[in-house]
Amino acid sequence: MTMPRTLAFCYLSLLWQRETITLSDLLRFVEEGHIPYINAFQHFPEEMKLYGRDKGIFAIESWPTYEDIYKKVIEIAKFLDLPRFPDITEDSYLHPNILCMKYLMEVNLPDEMNDLTCQVVKMTGIGEVDFLTFDPIAKMAKTVKYDVQAVAVIVVVLKLLFLLDDNLEWTLSNIAEKYNEKNKEDKPWFDFRKWYQVMKKSIDEKKQKWEEARAKYLWKSEKPLYHSSIDRAVVYKRREMVVSLQKQFSALVDSAPTVEKKSPSSFQFNWTEGDSARTCFHGHGLQGILKKKGQSLTTKNSLYWLSTQKFCRSYCKHVTTYEESNFSLSYQFIINLFSFLLRIKTSSLHEEVSLIEKILFKRKYGKTKKKSRSRKGRKY
Amino acid sequence: MSDFSEELIRSKTEDDKEESCVFSGTGMSFPWLQKHIGTVETGGKKEKDFAQTTSACLGFIQEALLKHQWQQAADYMHSYFQILEDSDSHKRQAAPEIIWKLGSEILFYHPKSSVETFNTFADRMKNIGVMNYLKISLQHALYLLHHGMLEDANRNLSFHLRTFSLWADEDDYAYNTASQNMFDHSWKTSVNLRALIQTPGVWDPFVKSYVEMLEFYGDQDGAREVLTNYAYDEKFPSNPNAHIYLYNFLKREKAPREKLISVLKILYQIVPSHKLMLEFHRLLRKSEKEDHHKLGLEVLFGVLDFAGCTKNITAWKYLAKYLRQTLMGNHLAWVQEEWKTRKNWWPSFHFSSFWAKSDWKEDKALACEKALVAGILLGKGCRYFRFISKQDDQVLRKKIKQIKKSVKKHSVVNPGL
Repeated sequence: MTMPRTLAFCYLSLLWQRETITLSDLLRFVEEGHIPYINAFQHFPEEMKLYGRDKGIFAIESWPTYEDIYKKVIEIAKFLDLPRFPDITEDSYLHPNILCMKYLMEVNLPDEMNDLTCQVVKMTGIGEVDFLTFDPIAKMAKTVKYDVQAVAVIVVVLKLLFLLDDNLEWTLSNIAEKYNEKNKEDKPWFDFRKWYQVMKKSIDEKKQKWEEARAKYLWKSEKPLYHSSIDRAVVYKRREMVVSLQKQFSALVDSAPTVEKKSPSSFQFNWTEGDSARTCFHGHGLQGILKKKGQSLTTKNSLYWLSTQKFCRSYCKHVTTYEESNFSLSYQFIINLFSFLLRIKTSSLHEEVSLIEKILFKRKYGKTKKKSRSRKGRKY
Repeated sequence: MSDFSEELIRSKTEDDKEESCVFSGTGMSFPWLQKHIGTVETGGKKEKDFAQTTSACLGFIQEALLKHQWQQAADYMHSYFQILEDSDSHKRQAAPEIIWKLGSEILFYHPKSSVETFNTFADRMKNIGVMNYLKISLQHALYLLHHGMLEDANRNLSFHLRTFSLWADEDDYAYNTASQNMFDHSWKTSVNLRALIQTPGVWDPFVKSYVEMLEFYGDQDGAREVLTNYAYDEKFPSNPNAHIYLYNFLKREKAPREKLISVLKILYQIVPSHKLMLEFHRLLRKSEKEDHHKLGLEVLFGVLDFAGCTKNITAWKYLAKYLRQTLMGNHLAWVQEEWKTRKNWWPSFHFSSFWAKSDWKEDKALACEKALVAGILLGKGCRYFRFISKQDDQVLRKKIKQIKKSVKKHSVVNPGL
C-alpha cells in the first residue's frame, strides 16, 4: 500500500458515499495542502518510528496525477472485489447535468448554456444510471471520469455554438457587441470576445501564481526520513544545514503579510454580478447565437468539425493523440483553460471530447466515406 | 475582425493550417512518444516533481538576478536550499557550488545584507564538501578585501588555509608539526598562502592582494620573493601579468635600472606591444651600454609593428627623436637592420596617402611626427612627407619647417642612388 494507492482508496470511499467531490477536486486539495500527502508522516504520533523501507513509501517527491490515481482506483476496486456501487442518479452531484452547471458557473459562461449541455447529455446517453455507476465486476470495468466528461460536454457545446475555427466566434462577437452598444438596458448578449479577454487574464494570473507556488514548494519535512542508523547522522546534518541557510535568507526577505491559507473550496474562480473589474457573464443571453426555426430554437452556426477523424483500434493505451498545431487557437485556449482547471493533461481532455463526439455523431463515424464537415441542426 | 482575433492569429506560426479540420491527416504525430524518449536519459523514470520544483526555482532565481530584484531572488533562494537534500546524488553534489555562486551574488547586492551575513553564509558553505572549502575561502577573502577589511581578510584566510593544509598534508609529518606550532594569528601565518601561490597556476588577483598585504606590513623581501617566484618559476604558465607586477613592485622599491631592464626584457619577449614597452625604451635610452641603445631602437620599432599602437603619439615622438639621435651617433647600420624587414610593408601600413590625410585631419601633431619618421626612412619624395610638408598650418608652420630640415639632413635614402 503506497500513498497514491491510499489516496485512490479514499476516493473510492467518497464515490461510494456519493460525496460532492470529484477526483480532480481531491487531487487539488492534496496539492494545496489541505489533505496531508507529501509529508503525511509528520502527523504520526511520536511512538511510530519510520525507517528503512518506510522511506520509500513516505518520502514522496511527486504530486499525484489524475490518470495515475484513476488507474489505481480501478485496480483497487477490482482487487477488493467490490460490488456495484450505489447508483448515480440525476440528483447526485456527480451527474453530468449538475457538474456541467457547476463548471459553467466556474468558467463564467452563461447559465442559458445549461439547456444545451443537458441536451447533449441526453442525446449521448451519458446521463443514464447504468452508464454512470461504477461496477468493478463488469467486464469492462470503468468508472466514468465525471469531471472530465462534464467539461468535455461543455467543450462540445461551445463548438456547436461558436464552431471555434478562429473565425465564426469573432464574427458572432461583433454582432453581439453591436447589439449591446445599442441596447444597454436589455439583457446583454453573450460576447465571446469579451469573455475570452476576461478569462484569459484571470487564467494567466492564476497559472502564474500556481507556477510560482510550485517553484517555491518545500518538499522536505522537519523530521527527515532515513534508511538506516548510518544514514541518520548524514540526513540530520543536511537538514540542519538547510534550515540554518533558510533562516539566514528569510531574514532578507521582506516580512510581507503571508497569504492566509484559504479553506478548501470546490471553486477556483468566483464571479459576482456587478463587479465592474471582472465582468460576470452568468446572466448574459444566447439570443445572438440562436435563431428560431419553427417552434424551437437552433444555433446560427450549422457547421461542426470533429476533434478526431479516426480512432485508433489497436492495443495502445490511447484512442487518439492531440497535436496542438493541428487545431484552432480558440480550441487550444478552451482546452488549456479546462485542463488547467482540472489539473489534467490537455491530451486527456481532448480524448474525452473526442469520445463524446464519437457517441454524438455515431452515424458519421459509421460511414466509410470521409466528409470534411458534418451538418447538424440542433433542435430544442 | 477585431484586434483580439487578429492578435490570436498573428501569434500563429507560419506553417499553421488555416483549416482546423484535419482532413489531410497523414502526418502521424505522437507527442506522448517524445516524452518517453525524453526519459531515456533518466533511465526510463519520469522526472519527479521535486526535480521540476528545483529547476523551476533556479529559473526564477536567475530571472530575478538579471532584473536586479534582490528581494525576490532571496525569496526563491530560501526554497532552493532544499536541493541539498535531493535524493539524486548528482544534483546534490553539484548543488553547493551553484548555491554559493547565486547566494554570494544576492548577498553582495541585497540592501539588507551586511558583512556579517556574508561571513556567516560563507562559513556555512565552506563546511559543505571539502573541495569547496578552499575555493570559497579565497573568494570570501576577496570579498572582505573589496570591503577594505584587510586584517579580517588576512586573519580569515590564514586560519582557513591552516585548517585546510592540516587536512591536505596528512602525510607530511614535518610540515604538520611545523604548522601546528604556529599559533599566533599575526600575518606571518600567511606563509600558507604562499604555499598556495607556489602551486603552478594563474593566481593573479591573489598574488596582487597578497603582495599588497605584505607591503602594508613592511615585508618587502617577502613580497619580492613571491613576485620573483611567480614570474620566473618555470613550472608556472607563461604569464605577462607576473612580470608586470614584479616590475611595478621594483619600480616602487626604486631598484637599480639594470634590474628593471632585465625584468622588462622578458616582458618584451612575451608581449612586444605592451604599453610598458615605451617605459622600457626610456630605460634603455638612459642606460650607458651600447647594446641597450640598440635594443631601445628595436623595442620602438617593435611597438609600432602592432595595429593597436599606430596612433600612439608618444611612440612616434620617441621614434622620431631616437632616429635622429641614432643617426647622429653614426649608427646607420642599426637603422638599416631594423628597416630591412619592414621596408616592404611599413609604407602602406603607416605611410600611405590615406593615412596622411586621415592623420592630418585627426591629430596634426601625430602627423608631424610620423612625417618626420617617414621622411627619414623613405626620403623626402615619399607621399606622406610630401603631403604634410605641403600643408599650411599656422601653429605648426615652424615645426614643419624643422621637419623638412631634419629630413634633408638625416634621410637614410639618398636621392641620387
